[in-house]
Amino acid sequence: MGLYNYTIYELHEMLIKKETSSEELTRSIFQRIQKVDPYIRAYLTLAEEAALKSAKKIDKLLAAGDRVPPLAGIPMGLKDNICTSGIRTTCSSKMLENFIPPYNATVAGRLIENGAVLLGKLNMDEFAMGSSTENSRFFPTRNPWDLERVPGGSSGGSVAAVAAGEAIFTLGSDTGGSIRQPASFCGVVGMKPTYGRVSRYGLIAYASSLDQIGPITKDVTDCALVLNSIAGHDPLDSTSVDRDVPDYSSALVPEIKGLKIGIPQELFPEGMEKQVEELVRKAIEKLEEMGAVCEEVSLPHTPYALPAYYLVAPAEASSNLARYDGVRYGFRDKDAEDVVTMFMKTRSEGFGEEVKRRIMLGTYALSSGYYEAYYLKALKVRTLIRQDFDLVFKNYDVLVSPASPTVPFKFGEKSEDPLSMYKSDLCTIPINMAGLPAISVPCGFSEGLPVGLQFVGKPFDEETILRAAFAYEQNSGFHRPEPSLEVN
Amino acid sequence: MNFEAVIGLEVHAELKTKSKIFCSCTTRFGGEPNTHICPVCLGLPGSLPVINRRAIEYAIKAALALNCKIAPHSKFDRKNYYYPDLPKNYQISQYDLPLALDGYLEIELNGKTKRVRITRLHLEEDAGKLIHGGASISRADYSLVDYNRTGVPLIEIVSEPDMNSPEEARAYLDQLKAILQYTEVSDCKMQEGSLRCDANVSIRPRGSAELGTKTELKNMNSFKALQKALEYEIERQTEVLEENGTIIQETRTWDEREGVTLPLRSKEEAHDYRYFPEPDLVPLSIDRKRVEEIRAGLPELPQARKKRLIEDFKLPEYDAKVLTLSKHMAEYFDSCVKETGDAKLVSNWLMGDFSRLLNSRGMEVEDSPVPPKEMAFLLKLIKTNKISGKIGKKVLEEMFETGKGAQTIIRDKGMEQISDEKTLIPIIEKVLEVNAKTVEDYRKGKERALGFLVGQVMKKTKGKANPELVNKLLKDRL
Ligand SMILES: [Zn+2]
Repeated sequence: MGLYNYTIYELHEMLIKKETSSEELTRSIFQRIQKVDPYIRAYLTLAEEAALKSAKKIDKLLAAGDRVPPLAGIPMGLKDNICTSGIRTTCSSKMLENFIPPYNATVAGRLIENGAVLLGKLNMDEFAMGSSTENSRFFPTRNPWDLERVPGGSSGGSVAAVAAGEAIFTLGSDTGGSIRQPASFCGVVGMKPTYGRVSRYGLIAYASSLDQIGPITKDVTDCALVLNSIAGHDPLDSTSVDRDVPDYSSALVPEIKGLKIGIPQELFPEGMEKQVEELVRKAIEKLEEMGAVCEEVSLPHTPYALPAYYLVAPAEASSNLARYDGVRYGFRDKDAEDVVTMFMKTRSEGFGEEVKRRIMLGTYALSSGYYEAYYLKALKVRTLIRQDFDLVFKNYDVLVSPASPTVPFKFGEKSEDPLSMYKSDLCTIPINMAGLPAISVPCGFSEGLPVGLQFVGKPFDEETILRAAFAYEQNSGFHRPEPSLEVN
Repeated sequence: MNFEAVIGLEVHAELKTKSKIFCSCTTRFGGEPNTHICPVCLGLPGSLPVINRRAIEYAIKAALALNCKIAPHSKFDRKNYYYPDLPKNYQISQYDLPLALDGYLEIELNGKTKRVRITRLHLEEDAGKLIHGGASISRADYSLVDYNRTGVPLIEIVSEPDMNSPEEARAYLDQLKAILQYTEVSDCKMQEGSLRCDANVSIRPRGSAELGTKTELKNMNSFKALQKALEYEIERQTEVLEENGTIIQETRTWDEREGVTLPLRSKEEAHDYRYFPEPDLVPLSIDRKRVEEIRAGLPELPQARKKRLIEDFKLPEYDAKVLTLSKHMAEYFDSCVKETGDAKLVSNWLMGDFSRLLNSRGMEVEDSPVPPKEMAFLLKLIKTNKISGKIGKKVLEEMFETGKGAQTIIRDKGMEQISDEKTLIPIIEKVLEVNAKTVEDYRKGKERALGFLVGQVMKKTKGKANPELVNKLLKDRL
């Protein structure tokens, strides 16, 4: 077993007991990356020199017998839409291929302050738009469980890296399922916190009212540890909420007797794979066995979540991405003779197909004469979706559903058909529309491919979904599955 | 046909908060290009705006002084359009729920008071500045952008179309500027761009209630330009209608050099701003109690001050108006009166030479190189006949030129008034001797001859002789 197989809390123990050092750990992860990344292709940028420097700093503290935070000395990776000072942050776009931010995202800063060692930046769908990481302008990332299949997206690099042992933990971002769907595809734990729980400052925006950063880890215990250090109010993000951050680790009690679990039938969508449904139903039985009370519930407006999402998110994106015009930073078409042509050529070449599709969708939805029929209506649907959840949460503590209607698909299988690709997020999008916290944990395999179980919680009640997910994980027999990645 | 104009104004004023509206960069005017910037006002990927509470307070203060109602709930929206001086290619502004609504201000013209209604007042961020290496953005070889001004807080004040002449529009802008200065929310310097004004103008047959097709006028860089542009545009529209033409609804730009308004290319104005709520900011909730605190703290406004000048110093209405339109002028006036105790003298000098010298330098009162104390000192010298008014003018000019005090200038140049009889008598006697013919004329009853003799004495003393004393001494000897 290599050092890359361990979790954060195990490695923390080993570091304290001097059974290993952060430098040794970091070097071993880079070796692992060197070995498997040519196949997986999770990383866009590596920061080996800086990583070893920070690792040595932690080792000095450890040698001095100082108490260090749980993340100190632990190698991590960040999705490439999270700004890192002095390290290229591309959003997997030609537009930002050479963009080096002069500042750290708040989450990056917090993790670094906690001693986490940044290995590098991870591949994604361009500007977080996609569900397979095939929309990266550089290269697709492969699923460690089957190299012919996608890792999911848009945080495909972040999940594949954790699954393949190329980082102990990573951060992703989730706008419509971009952490949970790939976590499900790669058999790891991925959480989207409540909107406003984690600062978005320094997260390159896709859809501001939906985007949220979250941890991707090997198990629920690690998830709580990472959440502990990134959650909380940030004066630089007005939408981050100023309320106390509990100690999420102390929520991890493997006890769910009497927990009221709702099973929303609408989150088991038509066209979902039979095997996936069976595994999820089996997991629900397991939860009942453990003493939870599981009942069918209904969220009648969630079928409208997907179309509403594809109005709200592109509308915000069309405005958020307007700044990439070649004037100040990033890619610029150098041949244009006037400013309007420069704008057009820069954006035509700098953005990929899916990004352009969504910019056009969003521009259209906001245009005068269409605003009321599209954007405004979508906002109303969003309110109705939120009310559905509010109502159900009056009687239930947690909701459970699949995290994705399918197992990982093959490359090219859906990339020519945007609508079928969009449906990959049917189980996750309603949760973003309502701003709720949710987590995906492995719940078994369908023909050797991982399937994820989603727990959804009340606003700012990450503790309860962590507890439910932890209890399930400890009793399910699917704790920390590892792909038999045979590469040489 | 007899037409009447219908005018509404849209005024943008920069708030003089220390820092910008969504980041902590300084709002100071000037500075090397692109030195007052940060990731937020530059719109770098991942940066987020955070509202400057002080900007909201300033805007509320302005709104209250303009008799507006403060909305308990308002929000920010994005106004989307592409322009290189706009780093995010959208401007954070307020669309359907502005900070304040339904106000008015009163203008006075030819002794009549008129109320101009204010539709709304909202907060937004300013854009940067483009410097073109050529005639315009479309024809330049290159363009440079300075983002120092980007993100400076602005209030936009939209009036109802309640004005019917360029003079009324000018009076509205004068009064608005005065109120914003008195409340200390804006410097309102048009030449630095901290006050900007667009106008909507249409004409209709006098007496008609229907509104004609309006045009929007932009690019008026001074109060005078506003008035001239409106005059031109009203005349243009009148000509069009008199020749049975139709007014096209369009945006026109004021060409200062040619003195005409010209249509902007329709492509540049065909905007669909695609407003939608700004998701990076939470909606604004304004605390009633705070609003009342701000209202209670409002300073004396220009009209009240004017009334006070008329009552306390018996100044003519016109003088009182001119002296109170600028808060700095009113304060300057007050301190000079306090020192000299002669309001009429102070008023005459401030409205006369002092204003002339400021205007010729394109300066505002607050930039005056002569502080009120020095001005008062000079006026005291005149009042006590230490120097003549004529010398006083010269001294004041010198004070503007060099920044030196009156005393220093008078001493250095030997400008002190000669009120000493022993010095004057020999000079006077010499003048009488040389001008025997004139003396004869005077004695024959030609009053004007005295003036000539006084002039001769003044010439001999380089204007320094005390004219009253010269008069007296001459008369004694005639
Ligand atoms: Zn700034």
